[in-house]
This record gives sequence, structure tokens and C-alpha cells, in this order.
Amino acid sequence: MIDRVSSNRNRLVLRAVTKHYDGRSGSVRALESIDLAVPRGEFVSVVGASGSGKSTLLSLIAGLSRPTSGEVLLDDYVVTGPGPDRGLVFQDGAVYPFRTVERNVAFGLELLPRLSAEDRRARIDWYLAETGLTALRRALPKQLSGGQRQRVAIARALVCQPEVLLLDEPFGALDVQTKEDMQVLIRRIWTDTGTTVLVVTHDVEEAVFLGQRVVVLGSNPGRIVSVVDVPLGDDRDLTVKRAPEFLALRASIEDIVRVHHRAAAAGA
Amino acid sequence: MSQTATTTRPRWSALPRRRPPRPRPAVATLRVDISPLARAIFITLSVAGPLLGWWLLTATGAVDARFLPSPVEAVNSAVEMAASGQLLDDAWASVRRVLYGFGLAVVASVPLGLLMGSFRSIWSLFEPAFGLLRYLPAPAFVPLLIGWLGLDEAPKLTLIFIATFFFNTLMTADVVRTVPVSLIDVSYTLGARTGEVLRKVVVPHSLPGIIDAIRVNAAAAWGAVVVAELVASESGLGYRITRLARFSQYEGIFAVLIVIALIGLAIDIALRILRDRVGRWV
Repeated sequence: MIDRVSSNRNRLVLRAVTKHYDGRSGSVRALESIDLAVPRGEFVSVVGASGSGKSTLLSLIAGLSRPTSGEVLLDDYVVTGPGPDRGLVFQDGAVYPFRTVERNVAFGLELLPRLSAEDRRARIDWYLAETGLTALRRALPKQLSGGQRQRVAIARALVCQPEVLLLDEPFGALDVQTKEDMQVLIRRIWTDTGTTVLVVTHDVEEAVFLGQRVVVLGSNPGRIVSVVDVPLGDDRDLTVKRAPEFLALRASIEDIVRVHHRAAAAGA
Repeated sequence: MSQTATTTRPRWSALPRRRPPRPRPAVATLRVDISPLARAIFITLSVAGPLLGWWLLTATGAVDARFLPSPVEAVNSAVEMAASGQLLDDAWASVRRVLYGFGLAVVASVPLGLLMGSFRSIWSLFEPAFGLLRYLPAPAFVPLLIGWLGLDEAPKLTLIFIATFFFNTLMTADVVRTVPVSLIDVSYTLGARTGEVLRKVVVPHSLPGIIDAIRVNAAAAWGAVVVAELVASESGLGYRITRLARFSQYEGIFAVLIVIALIGLAIDIALRILRDRVGRWV
């Protein structure tokens, strides 16, 4: 068993992270003392029903909001704000509508001094190819499908070579077939780049297929109720979704999610 | 959310039914495209209808010809005035005032609107005052401006500025506020700083909407310049109208009105073309 507390192997560490919002009906406890360590190169899924603070968790790691207490550490440094070392992909992609595909991907690199035009070009070309967008490089977002837009968002985050890639319900708005294509794509990118990936989803099947570990969040307050290892190996394709051990794992995690969703709903 | 308890549904009377709506032709259906022919007919009617009405009023003698010249007389008068070069001088005098006065208003209002739409502090600092000031009709300032600034160009340019600056600022701020927060957030995660987000995300995303605002307010500027020239001026299309009115040359006034409309239309088309080019991504 890996020692998840020793920090030098860990890319990302959350220590007693708590986030409260001031709502109309008093303080909302979005997340309550979250402890999590993600080793370098790991692929972690976070599942939970709506209201479990999944998106809040990503926003805290991305540095777009600050925890009420506790701290987020990236390579042993406390996260104080957003930065390109933590790439974030939103559910809607948040692709720049006024930029072509390649200029979307170029955004982060344009901000860097001392990066030659050829170097930039070569990097953009590689990530366009990796995400299957080479033929669409000059297209505008309005001409793209939802799946293609998500590819742009992923390529745009990855070209900055983040230490962690954060995906916030990235395929939730896609049709089932496109969603599976994207799941296979993100698995392949993970293999090709060795990036640490943290994906948040409400889809347990997706969480099990993608992650080496599945972290289950309960609601009200958002907290970790279970962490499940996924012993499916790293060489997965879609057929694994029909394997008995996959189905068993999925069912047991769905049960956990359901129990906590109901408990929270009854309490609310 | 409690567990659903099974209860038997009460026996209500049957729900009343409504007759299904009759199918409607495209011209009477909400937001549906009409045929190119129908479109052409409506567009022709839009231009030809008022012209025809004008012509009928004069041809039938329903209105005294001294007060309402026929379209033909108005056009003839316009050609005559144009030939003497007078109309061109007047038009240019008015256009120049709009270029300066409205140009100044745009240069001042767009950056301020960008800041108001981006920063809550600047919004709170200006919005209450501007929200009030924009309801003061610009023509009401004419006597004041003449008192303060004399009879030169300054009061006319200032009037155009007052008539457009507050609206253009608030409309720009509203456009800026529609930039999705997710675009701003994702830019931070890609390493952009505040200034870079403004320059590389907020400005390009807002630009088509800002041009739309400028288009709307250009019409107001064009109206303001004529008002300014009606009151105190030695040149311009508004001045020409007062001169002609003094000698009861109504066909001349109509000629000037035609010119005012055509220049306004030209400004509108130019800005629409610019908007479509800049907003190709929309």
C-alpha cells in the first residue's frame, strides 16, 4: 500500500479543506474537512450527487476560490490562486468563441515570454493532433460540436503542461457515444503525457472507467465518505465496462452514492 | 425529498380539451422565416408605402401644397441645392460636428464602460449618477451651453457629447457584463493576469456588442447635431432648415430632411458592415 501521507510523492495534497458559503439561509457547508493526497501521475475520479461540493473542490484546487480553512498544496506549495500548473476544463468547455481552434489552444502560450514562434507552433500542432483537431484548426467554436469543443478545452489546458489536469463534469452535456469517445481520448492522453488527472463527475460508470481510484463525496456537508481503488489495470478499453468486476464495483459505488444522497436529502 | 408513498389517484372529471390550433402561414408564425418573395414584398412596402402616402396627400390636394410639397418637388429642390454646393457644405458641417462630438463621446465612453462592466467598484461609482443623467434630455442643455460656451463649435460638440456619452457608457458596461464568468476564470487558470484577461478576453468578446451600442447612439448624435444647429448656428443642416423656414421654402426643408435621412442611413449601414466583420464569430 502506498503511503499517501508522505508528501514528496504526492502532486496534490488537500489538508482539512473546508469551504463555507454565506447563503441567504445562513452559512452553507459546501465542503467539510477534506483530506486527500494524489500521487504524481495518478488518475483520480471524484463522484457525488449534486450538492456534494464536487465543483467547489475543483474550484479550490484550481485556486479560483480560497478554502475557509485548511490548505491545498501542489508539490508541497500552498495554492494561493489560479495558474497554468493546474489546467481546468469546464463542463461547457469555456472555449473562446472569438478565437479559432488553434488560437484557443495558443492562448496560454501567448502569455509566455521567451517562447519562440516555432516552438509554440510545434507544441500546438502536437496537442491538436493528440486531440484529433488538426483538420479543424481554423474552425470557429460555433462550427464545432459539443465534443469537439471539449477537445479544444482539453488541448488548451494541456499545452501549458499542467502538473494536474482538472476536469469538471467534462462530458456531462455530451451524448452517450461522444461521451465514450471522449473517455477513451482522455485515458489515452493520460497515458501519453503522464499528467496527473482529477475528474469530477456524477456518473459512477464514468468515474470507475476513468479513475485508478474513486473518491465518493457525500452531501450536506460535502465530505469524503469513501475511497475505492479500481483494480482494472491501466490498459482499459470500453469493453471493460461489461466485465463482471467493473459492474460489481460500479454497483457498490452507486449504492454508496445513493445512501448518502438520500440521507442528505432527508436531512435537508 | 421523502420516499413516495403509494396512494390511489382520486377520480377527477376528465380534463377539459382545447381545440388544436389551426395551422398558420409563415408570416403569422412566431420567429419563422418567410419566403424570399414575401420578404421582398415587405421590404418594398416599407419604403414605398410612406412615399406613396406622401405623394397621395399632395396629388389629391388634401394638404395645402405650400406646406407639403410633393416628393418630386422635394427631390428637385434637393438637386438644385446640391448643384449650388450649398447642401454639401451644410451636410459636411453637420457630419464634421458628429465626427468630433460623437467621436469624443465614444473615445471616452467605451473605456469607461469596459471598466464599469468589469469592476464592481467602478460600476457602483458611476452607475447611479449616469442612470440619472441619461434621462436629462440633451436639448434642455442648449441654453445653458450657449451661456457657458458661447455660440462657437464648443456648445454644439458638447451637446452631442451629452446626448450620447451616458447611454454609450451604460450600454458598453451592459455588454461587458455579459462576458461569461467561465471564460474569465479559465483565462486565469491558463496564466492570464487581470490586464491580459481584459485585453484578450473581455474586449474581443464585447466588441460586436459595443459596435451595436455605437450604432444606436450614432442615431442620437445625428439627432443632437440638428437640434444644436436649429438653435444657434451659422452652418449645418439644422441651420439650413431654420433659414428655409424663415422664407417658407417648405420644399427645401423636405430636401434637407431627405439628406439627413440618407446620411443617417449611410452611417447605419457602415456600422452594420463593421459589426458583421468584427462579429463573424458570433
